[in-house]
Amino acid sequence: MLFSLGLLGVIMRRNLLVIYMSLELMLNAANLALVSFSRFNNKLDGQVLVFFIITVAAAEVAVGLALIVALYRKRQSAHVEDLTSMKL
Amino acid sequence: MKYENLPWLILFLPLLSVAVITLFTLRSKTVSSLISIGAVVTGFVMTLLFINANGFQFSGETSTNWLSIGGLQIDFGLKLDALSMMMLLVVTGVGGAIHIYSFGYMHEDRSMARFFAFMSLFTFSMLGIVLANNFVMMFIFWELVGVSSYLLIGFWFEKPSAGDAAKKAFITNRLGDFGFLFGILMVWGLLGSLSFSTLQSTLAANPALLGTSATLAGLLIFCGAMGKSAQFPLHVWLPDAMEGPTPVSALIHAATMVAAGVYMLCRTLFLFNADSLHVISYLGGFTALLAALMAVQQNDIKRIIAYSTLSQLGYMVMTVGLNGPTPAMFHLTTHAFFKALLFLAAGSVIIGMHHEQDIWQMGNLRKKMPITFLTFTIGTLALCGVPPFSGFYSKDAILAQALAQKSYLLFGVGVFVAALTTFYTFRLFFVVFFGKEKSKAAALAHESPLVMTLPLIMLAVFSFAGGFIGITNNYGSQFAADHEMLSVAQQLTEPFHNIFPMLCGLGAVAVGLILAYSLYNNAATDPLPAKLGGLATAMKNKFYFDELYEATFIRFHDFLAAVADWIDRWILGGAIIGAIRGGTDLSGRALRLAQTGNLQTYTILFVLGVVLLLYFVLGK
Repeated sequence: MLFSLGLLGVIMRRNLLVIYMSLELMLNAANLALVSFSRFNNKLDGQVLVFFIITVAAAEVAVGLALIVALYRKRQSAHVEDLTSMKL
Repeated sequence: MKYENLPWLILFLPLLSVAVITLFTLRSKTVSSLISIGAVVTGFVMTLLFINANGFQFSGETSTNWLSIGGLQIDFGLKLDALSMMMLLVVTGVGGAIHIYSFGYMHEDRSMARFFAFMSLFTFSMLGIVLANNFVMMFIFWELVGVSSYLLIGFWFEKPSAGDAAKKAFITNRLGDFGFLFGILMVWGLLGSLSFSTLQSTLAANPALLGTSATLAGLLIFCGAMGKSAQFPLHVWLPDAMEGPTPVSALIHAATMVAAGVYMLCRTLFLFNADSLHVISYLGGFTALLAALMAVQQNDIKRIIAYSTLSQLGYMVMTVGLNGPTPAMFHLTTHAFFKALLFLAAGSVIIGMHHEQDIWQMGNLRKKMPITFLTFTIGTLALCGVPPFSGFYSKDAILAQALAQKSYLLFGVGVFVAALTTFYTFRLFFVVFFGKEKSKAAALAHESPLVMTLPLIMLAVFSFAGGFIGITNNYGSQFAADHEMLSVAQQLTEPFHNIFPMLCGLGAVAVGLILAYSLYNNAATDPLPAKLGGLATAMKNKFYFDELYEATFIRFHDFLAAVADWIDRWILGGAIIGAIRGGTDLSGRALRLAQTGNLQTYTILFVLGVVLLLYFVLGK
């Protein structure tokens, strides 16, 4: 459910920041699934893995936000419609 | 065999001279021409040396292996026997005289060095044909002769007519060579060898080896001779080839190139069966008649001689077809002397007349150009067959051969052509040298320099004496083992052994001479068209062969070319290449639409892809 909400956000929203937040939402949905499945199965592996994921995600967020800031500085906009320079 | 290496030197000296002229001395006219003349004259001297050491009654070969592919073994070798020795003498001797003459004739020309390079190349190719000991080598030199004749005929390429004539000669020859090549392949396929001596011994051991295709093979090989020796229906190139400088006409159309076909027939005579020889003799006779008729109404001094060459070649081919290689080669040799003489004398007239070639602009030149007149007279008498000039003996031998083979029709043709020959030659003779000067240029004509008249005198001596200096002895020993050697006196009286053909020949000469005298002595214009009407027009227009070929073969060829062009343009270029190019372009345009640049479109597609993947992986 949480994953689907994130996906919807990525697809529907126009603002890069919101899309980014939705992406995080999807990531955390996966994390949540991992934690709950490991609890359900009485194994700690999943929960340990989630710690690692959170650590990596923090670094990844820093990189992603930095990219968005750089992009904004260059284009003065954080809307996906304005970022279509790959179109022929 | 002594001095075995001399023939190699004789063959390659002209090639060396080509190389030296084109690489180093193209700037200097005199040096280039001297090199070229030197190569031929040295060749002549070396031939004399070689013959002096070995005599004529020998037969040898010297060869090196050149190519070996599977069963195909090709040698690069020289065949040395009486036949090739005599031809060697003719080519280097007559060719040498022509080279010397060219030194005077071409003196004014800007590109004289180029001219002599081509002349040497031509001599080299011709010597190659003469000396070749197998079909492949002969064919290579055969083609080289074609190329160098193209270069020489088109020497004055600034003139469009010269360029056209060169192309015509080359392409017409190609047609013949095509058949020749097929013939060679056929012989190789059936007999498994290409060397003349091997072929001859194979066929001698088993004459039926060629089987049913013997006639076809013979005729295909004859195709080559048809092109080179300008036999009907490939005769059209020779008169046009008169566009080249006059020494070229003398070299190509008298002594060498056109003789190559006849020589080749004699060299490979063992390949021909009775049927193919029959066809060859009739084609030869027909060509002789046709060309003689055409010559009657030509007005260009060189063209008249060119048609007479055609006609005499017809004689030779006819004689080969009548199984008489000795008279054929005899006539070839004497013809080389007197026809080269006539061409060179005509060239001297042309120079004296400042490049005027119409005989109706000349007249009374005998006073202005005494040496040219005298030598031309000897050439004319020899060509007509007046005793004791050389032409008399060789023509008589031909007529006797026709009679001996009981070919009465060809005998009649021969006699009739002899009369025609006398008629048109003396027409030329009277109009050019007698009567009144018909133009101002004729009144101002002058004799040519010594460098031109000297070769004329040399050739005149041979034209006079060629009939009884032992030419038949040498050829006879080649073609018949029991040939008896005749002394000079015996040769002089040889025609009297068979009195009927001699009388016919002499009668023909007399008739032609009287007719020509009554019509053309002191004539200011040609009286013949009025008397013959339409026939004269047809003769003048060469019986419309050029027009006929233009309307049929060339049209057909143009049509084929147009079809090929249409296929290339519309089917290959349009449909096939167009479809491939258009298809790629179209799919590219379609796929480009997918590239929106919008992140979210990509995301949707990506998700859809993942869903699809999951469905396939987990859904079952």
